Amino acid sequence: MTKPASRLAPSLLLLGVIALSAGCGAVGWDWDTKMTTVIPKSDFGRMTHDIFMLISWWTLGIFILVEAGLVYACWRFRDRPGAPIPKQVHGHTILEVSWTIAFAAILVIFAVPTVRVIFKTQEAPAATDLRVDVVGRQWWWEFRYPGQGVVTANEAHIPVGQTVAFHLHGPDVIHSFWVPQLGGKRDVVPGRVNRVTLTPEVPGEYIGQCAEYCGMSHANMRFRVIVHAKGDWEQWVAAQKAPPVDPKEELAQKGKEIFSQSACMGCHTIAGTSAGILGPNLTHFGSRKTFGGASMTSTPENLAKWVENPGHMKPGVLMPNLGMREEQSKALAAYLLSLK
Amino acid sequence: MASHDAHAAAGAHAVHHDPNIGTTGLDNRKVGMWIFLGSDCMFFGSLIGTYLSYKGKSVGGPGPHDVFNIPLTSESAAVLLLSSLTMVLALAALEKSDHKWTGRWLLATALLGAHFVGNQVYEFYTFAVHDGLRLSTNLFGSTFFTLTGFHGAHVTGGVIWLMGLWWQLKRGRLNKSDYTKVEIAGLYWHFVDIVWIAIFTIIYLIP
Amino acid sequence: MATHAAFMPGVKKEAAYTGVWSWITTVDHKRIGILYGVTAFIFFLMGGIEALIMRAQLARPDNNLVSAQTFNELFTMHGTTMVFLAIMPLSAAFFNFMIPLQIGARDVAFPRLNALSYWIFLCGGLFINSSFLFAAAPDGGWFGYATLTTRQFSPGHSIDFWMLGLQILGIASMLAGFNFIVTIVNMRAPGMTLMRMPVFIWMSLVVQFLVVLAFPAITVALILLMFDRFFGTLFFAPAAGADPLLWQHLFWIFGHPEVYILILPAMGIVSEVLPTFARKPLFGAPVVIYSGIMIGFFGFGVWSHHMFSVGMGPVADAAFSIATMLIAVPTGVKILNWISTLWGGSIRFTSAMLFSLGFIAMFTMGGLSGVMHASPPVDLQQTDTYFVVAHFHYVLFGGSIFGLFSGFYYWWPKMTGRLLDERLGKLHFWLMMLGFNMTFFPQHYLGLIGMPRRIYTYAGDLGWNFWNMVSSIGAFIIALSILVFIINAFKTRRSGQVAGPDPWDARTLEWAIPSPPPIYNFAAIPTVHGRDELWLQKHGDGHGGAPTPRPATPTAQEIAAIHMPPPSYWPILLALALTFMLSGLLISTYQIIAGGLLVLYCMFKFALEYHRPAQETH
Repeated sequence: MTKPASRLAPSLLLLGVIALSAGCGAVGWDWDTKMTTVIPKSDFGRMTHDIFMLISWWTLGIFILVEAGLVYACWRFRDRPGAPIPKQVHGHTILEVSWTIAFAAILVIFAVPTVRVIFKTQEAPAATDLRVDVVGRQWWWEFRYPGQGVVTANEAHIPVGQTVAFHLHGPDVIHSFWVPQLGGKRDVVPGRVNRVTLTPEVPGEYIGQCAEYCGMSHANMRFRVIVHAKGDWEQWVAAQKAPPVDPKEELAQKGKEIFSQSACMGCHTIAGTSAGILGPNLTHFGSRKTFGGASMTSTPENLAKWVENPGHMKPGVLMPNLGMREEQSKALAAYLLSLK
Repeated sequence: MASHDAHAAAGAHAVHHDPNIGTTGLDNRKVGMWIFLGSDCMFFGSLIGTYLSYKGKSVGGPGPHDVFNIPLTSESAAVLLLSSLTMVLALAALEKSDHKWTGRWLLATALLGAHFVGNQVYEFYTFAVHDGLRLSTNLFGSTFFTLTGFHGAHVTGGVIWLMGLWWQLKRGRLNKSDYTKVEIAGLYWHFVDIVWIAIFTIIYLIP
Repeated sequence: MATHAAFMPGVKKEAAYTGVWSWITTVDHKRIGILYGVTAFIFFLMGGIEALIMRAQLARPDNNLVSAQTFNELFTMHGTTMVFLAIMPLSAAFFNFMIPLQIGARDVAFPRLNALSYWIFLCGGLFINSSFLFAAAPDGGWFGYATLTTRQFSPGHSIDFWMLGLQILGIASMLAGFNFIVTIVNMRAPGMTLMRMPVFIWMSLVVQFLVVLAFPAITVALILLMFDRFFGTLFFAPAAGADPLLWQHLFWIFGHPEVYILILPAMGIVSEVLPTFARKPLFGAPVVIYSGIMIGFFGFGVWSHHMFSVGMGPVADAAFSIATMLIAVPTGVKILNWISTLWGGSIRFTSAMLFSLGFIAMFTMGGLSGVMHASPPVDLQQTDTYFVVAHFHYVLFGGSIFGLFSGFYYWWPKMTGRLLDERLGKLHFWLMMLGFNMTFFPQHYLGLIGMPRRIYTYAGDLGWNFWNMVSSIGAFIIALSILVFIINAFKTRRSGQVAGPDPWDARTLEWAIPSPPPIYNFAAIPTVHGRDELWLQKHGDGHGGAPTPRPATPTAQEIAAIHMPPPSYWPILLALALTFMLSGLLISTYQIIAGGLLVLYCMFKFALEYHRPAQETH
């Protein structure tokens, strides 16, 4: 039917492209990236990863066997001119039963550790767990520490080697709490409290992102989890519990004045100054590196632009444009950054 | 006749010349109605499932046993059951080509169905106006009115269908050869009745 | 119902077969199949353009080609379009054209109902896309999770368009489901027992049962959402004690069977194409059939594997995980049956065959990544990331779309009388393989390094940049391959090679009649002696048995005695009335009432169109 050469050409083309991609890939297949799921840094992450690797090796093996079988069959049994009608084989019961049982057996190999890990990772919380209440709202994350009396936003701090129980809930739509390097995700469902329990094993700063479509700025609903080395976390807690520092610098003082007289107070809490609860707690805003759903870095320029026109930087944001002029925004930015 | 033999030789399966009878020996329309009813089971099943998953979870507002008028709804159930009987009688009369009694039993079925719907309208009215229970009052209101409302809509559709058949009969345009058309209306009617038995038991009777 | 023109004085026996009006009033399953095919292909192109814009936006980090709102509309409409307006109706094109032919029937059980399904589908597709004209395109995702889709969080009309559009489309699908089940069950040629039916018919039968039993669940979910949005009910109001997860359960009770609805037709097509071009019967056809039935049945028991992250608790997680792994067995085993069909065969690499082989290769990959998702701990890292996007595109594009293209190349000569150009076909295949793998293979990697789904942009320092660019380039190569197909289609309309009845030396009944078939399909209804009846007639059973006798050529008198159902304008009118009524929800109550009366009127006229008191027959 078709000349052998013209059949070879597309195969070569495909092979060539795959090789090229693999070559580029040697440069581009970096697994140690900031949100990787395959270099786990917690017990939860490790247990997950072990099952993933188990399934991956087996499926890779099945893949190679099946695809090789397909390619080989295509090559060996290709039509040759003048070939007779092949033997009309309708089936082979023993073969079909065997491969069904084999496939089922492989799945049992996956099922056993799967069920074990499901139950292990959803055990009841222990009294020694550090409890962090996570409130997911459109489009930012709030973290409350009931045991420590701390409320913050966008960045959660936890100590290494300590089992942490994140209690997830939220007042608006479904979100999903996900820090890839620390393990799998769990949804925030209005009306319920979900729980993720994990013990971080390596200090560091890990990026999280909302993983359930929640509206306009879903892509901007990020957060960070900072895992402190032994001994450091308590210092962070102490700093968060301390009352806010009075601004020393003139611009920041001006900012505090503007804050105390504007609508900002209706939504935000700065201990000793305001008690709004619709927006993030700003008491120690200056101790955080990011804002706006952890999607922007806390620099004076970014902050000033944000205060002046939040909707411009984050589509659909619920923080209104209060009509601040440029000097006012700069002052407010300086004030916020001073709240270490 | 050559064409007849060839037709038979080609293996024509239809016992009658009726093109509606198929491979299974059943009428296409009857098979179609059974499949439709299976689908409608899933529809009501989802609504009943919704009702059951929200049962007891209402925040405030009247609950089922604050408002239910069991005597009234029992009468409704009896009326609907009776209407299934009259439907069967209508079919039996049609089989005997007794058009007079076919018409009477069809009309009786439709009127009984209309009475059922009337009872339901009265019930809904009482709940809304006297008991303060509406769609938006609480979960019970939302689930109850939606479930029973869709059932009532099914009954209403059935009544319209039956009245249509009755009207055709009155104009002399329905006879024994249309048996299957009336039979599938009957199947639909019995289904609607059975769904009511389920709703009545699950929603009204079980505490 | 075939009707007799004899008792309808004044009606011509053979209506005009040309002109727009003949298409609008057609009740011929073959024409309806073509209408579905062309319409669905146009929607497929629209969904493809939506994808191209998304890929252009994601080619670079922090891009601003489109706004967040536009991107959210694009992924919502891309998903909705591809599932409901492309794959399902493309499959319906083949159901319509091929089912009566393969079972030896003259048409479907209810030809006017068949036309009605098509017109309702067209109205639904136009309705949901009209939202673009009103700057209210749906933006809640194709799965529309509550509470995002409630009035409080989606105040405009976007979700209303989505919800009503899907209700309209659901009616079309269910009506077609009833029709095809009755057709397959009750209109088979003499001798065609259930196990002698072609595997494509079996897969189609399972699909229709899935449609009629699964769509009611989404119908109810959409009704609950509609009532919340319009009548103030509290089905998805957590403050009133409701559970947003009710939506997810109802949606996925529909949604999981839906993915089998999407893949089984392609599996049926592949099960026809492979034996034809390998010149061997399907290996283990009964097992493939039973697998299809089991998948259909057990497919109703695995829905919560789409919900492993919602916190159902370990028992539910484990139960659904095991059920999902179980269902992988009949699905996976089919692949070995298909490869075994090739084994020992004499394989001709036509375009149709290439697409079926591509299906096997791509579906295997998609199936294996699916097995990973069956384990909840692993899934919690993969769900809602590009890994699962890669998975379902491998099964739905690499699987369903490749399978559907295989069907196009295979059955094009039967439908049009001309063969598609083989060189262009091969170019299409190889370009599509290249583009498809370039687009979606890297997405496995992107998912594993943490890229979530449904994000309109991403930061440039996360390591996602290079492979997003590669993926985007791949998407445009796919577009190029589709262009090749379109050129092929137009080219062969005029100058394609004439096909004849059986250009492939195939195995099933549709190849026994002319290409394209006459309006009555079979001049004489055949008698069936086994699966692959045509092969038995041509070559015998290959085990020494003589070929079964070909049916006698019918006389002109017999052909003249065949009565086909006349055309009708009530299907399109009823479809328009239904759409008018339902869209009244967005406009005014008067429109709903007026529409309702119109619907009732059209329904009665439809039902009574051929009603007359027959002479008493014996």
